[in-house]
Amino acid sequence: MPGQVLLEMIPEEAIQAGVSAADWRAALRACGEIMVKTGLVDLPYIDQMIAAVEDLGPYMVIAPGIALAHARPSPAVRRPGFSIVVLDAPVSFGHPENDPVRLIIGLAAPDPHSHVQALAAIAEMLSDESCRSALFQAKSRRDVLHVLTEFSERGSCA
Amino acid sequence: MKILAVCGMGLGSSLLLRMQVEKAMQRLGLHADVEVADIGVARAMAQTVDLIVTTRELAERLGDVKPRVVVISNFVDLEEMTRKLREVLQAS
Repeated sequence: MPGQVLLEMIPEEAIQAGVSAADWRAALRACGEIMVKTGLVDLPYIDQMIAAVEDLGPYMVIAPGIALAHARPSPAVRRPGFSIVVLDAPVSFGHPENDPVRLIIGLAAPDPHSHVQALAAIAEMLSDESCRSALFQAKSRRDVLHVLTEFSERGSCA
Repeated sequence: MKILAVCGMGLGSSLLLRMQVEKAMQRLGLHADVEVADIGVARAMAQTVDLIVTTRELAERLGDVKPRVVVISNFVDLEEMTRKLREVLQAS
């Protein structure tokens, strides 16, 4: 199954919905804290993700409503994996076209390669309209897991 | 044809761009070698490629480069990528 890699690379505890954040920094902090708790990264990674946006701009907002948050491979990365955070209210990143952001995909990459296959599957899932809107509307971890499972098994959430 | 996908660090968004470029080129019935680069090395690598694909703000940072630059705003929209590649490839 092409989507199986999603379930392997997105630990259940790294999924959270209904997260409130006052602004993009708080949103990245919330996402980072979940990644720390899950054991994907260490604490310094959170500030590295925020610094990346301060330094390079909000280009990480890859599609309307969706940010792919990450920093460079560093000793703060423990293992490759992703987190998924659904905000209860969207925040602005200052992106001219894709604001406001409701869905944050957190990426922990210890090297340039080990996350590529899962990233491809996530892109595939996000390009499916039915899965995308189901993620935007997810109210709980269970809702998000349901989307991941549906996509893994059927390639769609319709 | 050589295409360079550029993002801030060369391991997130640019990988998405590469995947999309490959799919779009396949749709167009064309072949391209697609490489990824971070913004730091992109200017140097620009000399060796035919086309650059990136975001608006990174395109501004890139400044004046020899190859044409395609600006993408939605990284998961294959229609946008295909349309923009078709336009620029037909024009050249």
